[in-house]
Amino acid sequence: MQEGGSVNKPLYSTRGWLFFRSRRGAEALTRVGATAIILVCAVIILIPAAWMLSTSLKTLQEVLTFPPKWIPDSWMWSNYPEALTFLPFDIYFRNTALITFAVLIGDLLTNSLVAYAFARLRAPGREILFTLVLSTMMVPYQVLMTPQYVLFHRLGWVDTFRPLVIPAWFGSAFLIFLLRQFYRGIPSELDDAARIDGCGFISTWWRIMVPLSLPALASAAIFSFTYNWNDFTAPLIYLSSPGKMTLAVGLAYFRHRYGATPWHLLMAASVVAVLPCVVLYFTAQKYFIQGVVVTGVKG
Amino acid sequence: MRLRLSMSQKEALAFYLLVSPWVVGFLVFQIGPMLASLGFSFAKYDIVRPPVWIGLNNYEEMFFGDPLFWQALKVTGTYTFLAVPLGIVFSLFLAVMLNQRIPALSIFRTIFYLPSVISGVAVSLLWLWMLNPTFGLINYLLRVLFGIQGPKWLLSGPWVIPSFVLMSMWSVGGSLVIYLAALQSVPTELYEAASLDGATAWRRFWHVTLPMISPVILFTFITGIIGSLQTFTQAYVMSDRGRGGPHYASLFYGLYLFQNAFRYFRMGYASALAWVLFLIILLLTSLTFKLSSERVFYAGGR
Repeated sequence: MQEGGSVNKPLYSTRGWLFFRSRRGAEALTRVGATAIILVCAVIILIPAAWMLSTSLKTLQEVLTFPPKWIPDSWMWSNYPEALTFLPFDIYFRNTALITFAVLIGDLLTNSLVAYAFARLRAPGREILFTLVLSTMMVPYQVLMTPQYVLFHRLGWVDTFRPLVIPAWFGSAFLIFLLRQFYRGIPSELDDAARIDGCGFISTWWRIMVPLSLPALASAAIFSFTYNWNDFTAPLIYLSSPGKMTLAVGLAYFRHRYGATPWHLLMAASVVAVLPCVVLYFTAQKYFIQGVVVTGVKG
Repeated sequence: MRLRLSMSQKEALAFYLLVSPWVVGFLVFQIGPMLASLGFSFAKYDIVRPPVWIGLNNYEEMFFGDPLFWQALKVTGTYTFLAVPLGIVFSLFLAVMLNQRIPALSIFRTIFYLPSVISGVAVSLLWLWMLNPTFGLINYLLRVLFGIQGPKWLLSGPWVIPSFVLMSMWSVGGSLVIYLAALQSVPTELYEAASLDGATAWRRFWHVTLPMISPVILFTFITGIIGSLQTFTQAYVMSDRGRGGPHYASLFYGLYLFQNAFRYFRMGYASALAWVLFLIILLLTSLTFKLSSERVFYAGGR
């Protein structure tokens, strides 16, 4: 078969035009066009991030000038210490890290055990129970927010980290789903063999499933980390004393504590607040993408 | 007496044991609170004093005596109606472009997903600054590139929802990654067969690509609706101290519910609001499934 069948078509004056009439040529043309569009969109996506960095290194005077400058006259690195000491951001940072890691450990442990059970162990009612797990993803947080507050208020947990950490140790539907999808892809001969060798269910999980599912656990860990690092609603509701605030709440609070909005300092503090997630993203982006794909496409 | 269990009984027992944390959490942190909230929704309750049964009063007030409820519904509905379809079209468009075997694919994918990693307060503050009417970058670019005097965005009623929609477009990376993976899993033979039949690129997209990835579009559509109906953080940060201004133009449903629960301590009324939101989500989800059942194509029957 001739390439694109273009040979029988009337010839045009230039060879270049003929090339673009052929199938391979048309494909090349599409690819060039697509690359151009993508390039423009990528720049558009990056502009706000660049603007954030640029603002964080200007003086307030320079921030409030028109037309704006991309490159500050002098790089105000001192904005960073100034922003971070205006409010006790070191304490917020520590609190956020503490909560995020306490949730992370619970998330990994509980959800991988639950997911293993759903993926491998046969029991009556398993499918119904799994449907129930999935259906809880449809329940909006707003429905649970008020009565959970009442519950934690009764338990005396308000203004402690407990309402933010302890529920996570009882599993999350999204992560159970993510890990179960992955576990189902592991050949069952492997854990059958371990079982025949006399391993119990827990040790099969620990010796076979955990080592083989490290990529999925990495995805789960990343989701857990970024979600809790950025979470605003729950810390806003439960934490009230200044020494217990998290970065997200502190940032929102910052905006109103200063007279005129100090955009340069706000952006500096924001850069610091998002930095852990950005670093994590660039070092482990394979697992970010994988996690999104597993939950989105293979659902 | 020693209990002798068969292999399958042991397996079942292990299953129940291993899923028990989730079951306990489900009962204590989900079903329990949900039932309590359903109860509160028929009561006047401020946490300090015990709840007082008032029947359907909360719902009656909501539907017949509270213009802010309708305002919150309108704001959230308009936003969802704009942001979800636009987000799908935009991210699908980008995914199709990325799927043209372009160079440096993984670098571009990294860039597009980046904003999704830093969602939350920092992003809201950044956009608040971007959309600043006098010194913000958006209005500057509008003037330089198109010679347009930009609107006052978050300070001017009719431009508030478009501001939020614009901001949400920045975070399309999540669904973009999903679409890209879905596009890559469409068998190439299908395209080759369509080409041999003389289908143009547009017809190939319409008759091969779209049906093949329709389950994924449905998934992102539903999760998108559920997510955007719950919009809270952006609304809280970007409207002055979570008031939902100006003139309630950014009074998202989630924000109004939060105000009732934690500003006015009207736990009963907030619970009623929450249940109405839940019913709306259930209704929209089942409606979507119903309407899409004939259009969504599942390879291999499923």
